[in-house]
Amino acid sequence: MSSVKRIVLDVLKPLTPNALEFASAIAERHPGCRVTVTVSEVDAKTETTLVTVEGDAIVYDDIVAAISSLGASVHSIDAVEVSSMANPEG
Amino acid sequence: MFAELRFLIQLGHAHHIARRYFVTNGFDGALTMLGLTMGFYASGGVATPVAISACLGAAVALGMSGLASAYMSEAAEREKELRELEQALVGDLEATAHARAARLIPLIIAAVNGFAPLLMALLIMLPLWLSEAGVPLPLAPLPSAIAIAFLVLFLLGVFLGTVSGRSWLWSGLRMLTIALLTAGLILWLES
Repeated sequence: MSSVKRIVLDVLKPLTPNALEFASAIAERHPGCRVTVTVSEVDAKTETTLVTVEGDAIVYDDIVAAISSLGASVHSIDAVEVSSMANPEG
Repeated sequence: MFAELRFLIQLGHAHHIARRYFVTNGFDGALTMLGLTMGFYASGGVATPVAISACLGAAVALGMSGLASAYMSEAAEREKELRELEQALVGDLEATAHARAARLIPLIIAAVNGFAPLLMALLIMLPLWLSEAGVPLPLAPLPSAIAIAFLVLFLLGVFLGTVSGRSWLWSGLRMLTIALLTAGLILWLES
């Protein structure tokens, strides 16, 4: 059994909500997660960001749903950290 | 629910726009009422029920005008912005917060735009109603309504001064000057 501990996504988002509101909105929908948004490129109506989500058991589909509901789209998974639980039977 | 509403208002910058509409249309409402009451006063006065009917008709029309015009223009603008954003993002935004904001914000702004002149007008009409109800007033009904109109316009100026961070007194007096000029112009035209 494995769980996702950290995931870095390349996300194209509208200028509003801004990075702070965007990160807060994702974090509010996933209690216990830590969300970092880094803006890498700004255009007239959009910005390219790296969204990092850290937590104990991140559900990728839920994160994507939260991002999509804010008008943004996931372009790629840039990094991921997964850990597996130790088998008690050895 | 409340958090979602606050988020959508923030997303669409509705609070800034609603505040602007409140002052703009509130000013329209107050100045229209000042014009009506000054007109009645300058013509030698009319029976209070006639003044109430005329003012109420104007107040309802101002409210409906504010409601309909703001809804139609805001809905069109929001729809256009949504389509432009969809083009920029190369995607459908119908199921997103942006689409919900585009539907909700015109309703909020229309409500503010319609409510503001109605509220100002009803406040200015208050002495007319009180007089009809037999409540004694320090002045005659029409001069009382005119005084309330000056006060409402001064307070709108004070509100603007507070928003801009400048002197509220100066801003209030500036608005009052506009009201006095309007009243003077009406008196001059009626004389």
